[in-house]
Amino acid sequence: MLNGFTAVYLREMWILKRRIKRQLLSMSVSPFLYLIAFGYAMGKGATFDGHTYIEFLIPGLVAMSSMTQAFAISTDINVARFYWHIFEEFQAAPISNAAYVAGEVLAGMTRGFISVGVILVIGLCFNVFLDYGNLLFWLAIGLNSFVFASLAVWLAMLVKSHADQAMLTNFIITPMAFLGGTFFPVERLPVWAQKIICLLPLTHAAAVIRKTAFGTPPDLFSYLLLLVIGVIFFYAALKCVDIARD
Amino acid sequence: MIKIEKLQKSYKNILALKEISFSVHPGELFAYLGPNGAGKTTTIRILTGLTRRTSGDAWLGGFHIEKETLKAKKEFGLVMQSINLDQELSIYENMDIHCRLFNMPHPKRRKKIDEILSYVDLADRKNSLVKQLSGGMKRRLMIARAIVHSPRILFLDEPTVGLDPKIRRRIWALIKQIQNTGTTIFLTTHYIEEAEFLADRVAFLDEGRIVVIDTPQKLMDQTGTWAIDQMYENKMETVYFDTRSKADAFIAEQQESYTLRRVNLEDSFLSLTGKKVQC
Repeated sequence: MLNGFTAVYLREMWILKRRIKRQLLSMSVSPFLYLIAFGYAMGKGATFDGHTYIEFLIPGLVAMSSMTQAFAISTDINVARFYWHIFEEFQAAPISNAAYVAGEVLAGMTRGFISVGVILVIGLCFNVFLDYGNLLFWLAIGLNSFVFASLAVWLAMLVKSHADQAMLTNFIITPMAFLGGTFFPVERLPVWAQKIICLLPLTHAAAVIRKTAFGTPPDLFSYLLLLVIGVIFFYAALKCVDIARD
Repeated sequence: MIKIEKLQKSYKNILALKEISFSVHPGELFAYLGPNGAGKTTTIRILTGLTRRTSGDAWLGGFHIEKETLKAKKEFGLVMQSINLDQELSIYENMDIHCRLFNMPHPKRRKKIDEILSYVDLADRKNSLVKQLSGGMKRRLMIARAIVHSPRILFLDEPTVGLDPKIRRRIWALIKQIQNTGTTIFLTTHYIEEAEFLADRVAFLDEGRIVVIDTPQKLMDQTGTWAIDQMYENKMETVYFDTRSKADAFIAEQQESYTLRRVNLEDSFLSLTGKKVQC
């Protein structure tokens, strides 16, 4: 059923390897700027639940970056589909839709994990030492990356052009990045806004990543929710691979 | 080896293929000739699983293209009209990914890639990035990639489009070599000389319909042996003759300038459809 899955995954990894220097640099620019602007300049002196703002910010950036980098696989899929026509090579090969989607989703998740590594290193440079040895911390990152890589593959199968893809990023990823509990505690918002924001997967991911990084027990419901949302997106991606034909 | 029955494809209100039916025999080189927009690429896309059919059926190596899709896909290799190689990867990496898609085990994969790259004269460049290759090399790599898993059918969609005549002839020689190994080849082209040189049989396709299927020689014989092109008030007219003596007799009566030449497949297409293949 998953024959050919490694081909799809390895292709993305070999391309990533060729671009790794540029990619690492690009992954580090936004977190670095956020840490300077929000962590040092605006948030200096502020504390949340006994943690400095920069300590509060690092787990939020981990959640945000794993989301954006996992979702960025959609751009690579679109380039392969509309520009290089590599998608045709996969479509004509004797592999199942599940193998294709699994390969691309895992590639997106790998990008998500690499970006987290970059942020943790930058955090160390800013003298931020949190609990990164907790398995639940990494599980939360994995689930968050799974959700957004699956969403990315699903949407990449539906869009008809690069422009559509950019629009989806603006409407889905950008608002979520700023409102999903990355830069400020969701509890500070009005109750009605909290209810809306709690529907976003990133809110749950940021919450459990932060709690595990602070060494406090996370809400296991958030893990379950992320898993369910991820499976739904993955299934939607599977169903939409055929739509990408024609 | 390839069987198509009443295959139809429509895009909204446009019928791109109109109930086409034909078979391609094992080891045959079958050329699919028609002007741009005739439905050549659509046929290949349906047969190879890139586009869904609207109605009708097709089998590759005995496997139905949609009911037994994974088995049918193992039967063929595909060279698309556009260059669909990973430009940022090396020749070897492109080949390796393809072999993995066909589930070829590691030792066999490596050996086969080296063998096929030697076959298409790219062995010494196997670590070069695809973006560093010339157009002709990229085409050879696409053919190499399409045959590395030893398919019984090879689909070639306009394989020499955009190449200069010298490189085109080199690709033709390669296609002939592949056919000699017993591979069935389905070739779409709008180059008349390509179909004449390579094909065992030719299908003329016009506006989504098969006009005729026969050997190139029989198609040309039905039209005539000699052709005379004449210009009348900026309009070209062509007259066909069975024998040279009849053509010479016609020339003797002409006042205008003319060109005498042998009949080719373009003439056959023109006489059957009223259109030219190469517009």
